[in-house]
Formats: sequence, C-alpha cells, structure tokens
Amino acid sequence: MKKNVFLTMVVVLSVTMFVGCGNKKSSRFVSTDGSTSMEKVIGILGEVFQNDTGISFTYNPTGSGSGIKAVQEGRCDIGLSSRKLKKDEMESGLKGTVLAYDGIVIIVNPANPVSDLSLENVAKIYTGKITNWSEAGGNNGDIILIGREAGSGTRDGFESITNTKDACKYRQELTSTGDVITMVSQNPNAIGYASLAAVKDSVKALTVDGVAATEETIKNGSYVVQRPFILVTKTDTPLSEAAQNFFAYITSPDANALISKSGVVPAN
Amino acid sequence: MAKKKKTSTEQVIRSTEPQGINLDHRKKKQILENIVHGIFLLLGLIAVGCVLLITVYLFISGIPAIHKIGIVDFLFGREWASTAADPKYGILPFILTSIYGTAGAVILGVPIGFMTSVYLSKIASPRVKSVMQSAVSLLAGIPSVVYGLVGMLVLVPGIRKVFNVPDGAGLLAAIIVLAIMILPSIIKMSVTALDAVPKEYEDASLALGATPIETYFRVSVPAAKSGIAAAVVLGVGRAIGEAMAVMMVAGNVPNMPDSLFQSVRFLTTTVASEMAYSSGLQRQALFSVALVLFMFIMLINATLNFFLKRDGNK
Repeated sequence: MKKNVFLTMVVVLSVTMFVGCGNKKSSRFVSTDGSTSMEKVIGILGEVFQNDTGISFTYNPTGSGSGIKAVQEGRCDIGLSSRKLKKDEMESGLKGTVLAYDGIVIIVNPANPVSDLSLENVAKIYTGKITNWSEAGGNNGDIILIGREAGSGTRDGFESITNTKDACKYRQELTSTGDVITMVSQNPNAIGYASLAAVKDSVKALTVDGVAATEETIKNGSYVVQRPFILVTKTDTPLSEAAQNFFAYITSPDANALISKSGVVPAN
Repeated sequence: MAKKKKTSTEQVIRSTEPQGINLDHRKKKQILENIVHGIFLLLGLIAVGCVLLITVYLFISGIPAIHKIGIVDFLFGREWASTAADPKYGILPFILTSIYGTAGAVILGVPIGFMTSVYLSKIASPRVKSVMQSAVSLLAGIPSVVYGLVGMLVLVPGIRKVFNVPDGAGLLAAIIVLAIMILPSIIKMSVTALDAVPKEYEDASLALGATPIETYFRVSVPAAKSGIAAAVVLGVGRAIGEAMAVMMVAGNVPNMPDSLFQSVRFLTTTVASEMAYSSGLQRQALFSVALVLFMFIMLINATLNFFLKRDGNK
C-alpha cells in the first residue's frame, strides 16, 4: 500500500519536473569568455539579448588573459578583456572594440579638506607609504583605507590601474559599493573607491591629477582612474550570425541605457 | 446434523452481509489513514533529506581543498590571501575571530540576558512582564541586516569617538552587535526554564525564612540550570552562525584578532563575501571554511542536546 502511494508520488514529481522543458529550441548561441570585472555589464546585456531574440547566451568568467586566449583558439565567439590589447595580441590577428569605460572615483568624507590627489599619491596611500592625511595636504589624522572584498571587479579595477595589486593595506573590506560610501561618509579620515554611477552626495569625489571624474573625462581619457572594457574578436574569421547580431546590439546606442545601469560609461 | 449445519452457515452468511459492508468501510478508512500517514512521513523526510543533502554536499566539496592545501596549513595557517598571485589559504585568523567574537558576545550578553530572565520570570509584575516579553520577541524578529546597518551608522562611529581610535569597525563592534542579537534567544529560553520551576520549591524556601532574592538565586536558578545552560548554548550557536550584521561592522580584513579594535573577519563572513566571485581552489577552500563552521555548529548542537536531554530525564 505504502509502496503504491510512494510510486504515485514519484511518478507525479518526475512528470512535473519535465513539464516546461522542451520549448527552448536553440540551435544558435553566442559564447563569451573573459574578464570577471565585466560580469555585470555583459550579464545584463546577454540576458536582455537572450530574452529578445531567443538566441542563447553564455558567459565564462575566466579573466581577461584567458578570454583573449579563448578567442585566439576559437573556443568562444567574443572575448572580454578589461585591459587594452597588447601589441603582439593585435598582431596575432585580434581586434579590440571598446564596449564601455569603467571609471573609478576616489571618495573621501565631505569634512576632509583634501580635494585633489595625484595618481601616485593614491597608490602610496593605499600601499601604506602615506599613512597620515597631513602628508597628502590634509589635516592631521590617520588615513582609513576602505576597499572592496577580494574578487570584486571594482577592487580589481582600482588595484590594476593604480598598480597596487595585492599590496593594499586595507583597514576595511566591504562587500558593496553602498557600504563603502556609507563608511566613508561616517569617518572624517576615510578614503574609499566606488564606480562612477554609484557615487552620492554624502561623500566627496576627489579630482585625480586635477581632473574630475565625469562621463566625458572618462571617455576622452583625461581622467586616469579608468580602464576600458573591450570586446575581442578575430580579424580573419568572421563572427557567426548570432554572434554578429549580439555584437551589433551591444555596441549600438540602444544598449547604452543597460550599460549605464551596470555602473560603467558606454563608449558608443 | 447436515441440516443444522446448513442453517448455521446460512446464519453466518446472513450475519456477514452487514459485516462485509462494515469491513469494506473499515478497509477504505485504513487506506485513507495510510495515505495520510505516507504524506506526513514524506513531509517529515524533506527536513531530514535536506540536512543529509547539505552534510554530504559540504563534505564532498569541502574535503578536496583541505587535502590540497594540507590540513595543518589550512587550519593553522595565519595568512589568507585567496586572490593573490601566490595564494595563501590559512584560516586560523577566522577560527580565532569566530571564537573570540562568540566568547565576547557571551560574556556581554549572558549576564544581561540571565538577569533579565530572572527579573521577568520572578520579580516583574504581569503587565511589565508582558510588555518586556513582547519587546524581546520583537528584538528576535529584527532582520540581521538592520542590526548591521544600525551598527554601521551608530556603533562604529560611536566606538571611534569613545575610544579615540582611527576607525571603529572591528572586533569590538562585532561583539557588541552579536551580544544584542543573542539576547532574545537567551532570555526567552531562560524564562521558560525558570517559569517551569514548581512553585512549591520556592514556597518551601520562603517558609524557611529565605528572602525572595535568596530564593530565586539559591533555589529557582539551580532548579532551572539545565534550561539556562541550553539557552546559553543556543546563544552561542546564533552568534557563531551570524554573517550579515557582522560583515557590516567587523571590517572584514583577514587579520589575526590581536586587539579589540582590529579589523577582523569571521568564518561566516569569509564565505559570504568571497563566494560570489570565487573560482577554482579559492571556491573549494571556501567550502572547506564552511565545513569547519559546520563542524562548530554540530558541536554546539550536540552540547545543546546534551543539556536538553539531561533536563528531560530528570
């Protein structure tokens, strides 16, 4: 008796498991591979693209270097790189198209009299070579370094631009941009970094080498704490039709709203 | 003889007719009973299945990294740098932080919780008791992210000003937040234990000339000690498993916890903050951290069961 009941349930459950499958017939797909920092922007774009066209989209977060290699070896359609292509990579038949710029703003408490730092000083502060605000043109007070958790795209971006990878002496590692902004707004001696889109009035955005971070200065390259998000393709082999559609869509102005939503500045 | 036999069988047949319907009815009832029984069993098995699944999964995904890193290097390594070019996976700072943080929360929270529960159970008037108990329940219902937010906006700047340190986020802030978070579990369970002490015990003590306070601490509390111990263990379990609130106030830098104002990272927050972007050995190591945490929780649960069982056997 009990066995029968059990069997019925198993049958019912297994039938419900398969309902809903089978209606996604996708012979076409786009595969991307590369920078983990681009996860957010490419994720949003891919999701919308997949919903609109029914072409399935995959993203393999491996890192810029692996992404570039994957394109070279033909293991994916589009490689994602959060650094410029090197000369030998270009010569080997790769082409980089800038999708967006990741601008990182250095923020301090509004009570802090410092309003400009050189890129070199930012690096010195974060590596612990400058520990007091008086050495950077401010009041006497220990500098409190606030950053993001290991693995965060913003941290990766900041550390690679300022050349401070694995050398930052953080006092706090927080898991969201919002937390960084809140902490900096609470401590007069704190310094932090956040993506341009997230910065609020509760903190003061510093100018770096005299240039304020705006969409314009990030795009024209005069604001230096920034890096490009690059789509890597091959020059000799054309993209598949699906990949071509995806490429055209994300580099068109239609995608700008989505790109901005993910916290970076669209390039096109 | 034969005739008589026939009539008796006839009688039997006649008498079984209504009985047959009855039997059928009973059989149907039995089937229904079995079905309901089966459904309940299945629902019960869901919980058991989940625990088994999580345990097995944690062991399977947690063991490889420990094996690769080496159990001594993993448990007693003093440095954690999971995303560095030359990664290091030592979780001693996290283990110590979790232990210190929980111990600190217990040192702060248990006296307050214990005294509050004695007051609520024995001294407070019914009206005060009901108001305070609903306040305690409310404290238990506040989401941990709210504790974290208040800690971030009030406690962290407060510690910075009061102790005149450069930054308030660290072990002390986490301890204070955890102490407040474990209060409700300690108070609720201790009050239940103290309420269950038979009135006769206290009456006898009072009749012998002991004052009420003497009676509460010499008679009621010892009589409820298993329940109170269980309440403390429950608090420990809550403190060691908390992630969200702690993550917002502790600073999260993997330092060894050698000062109260040090920015530290707990076992829970390590998993919570790094899992999202992790890959490869780092991800496996995070599962191993979770496994260590799971071991702690199992140990605490075993202790809790021990106290509760002792209470039950009495």
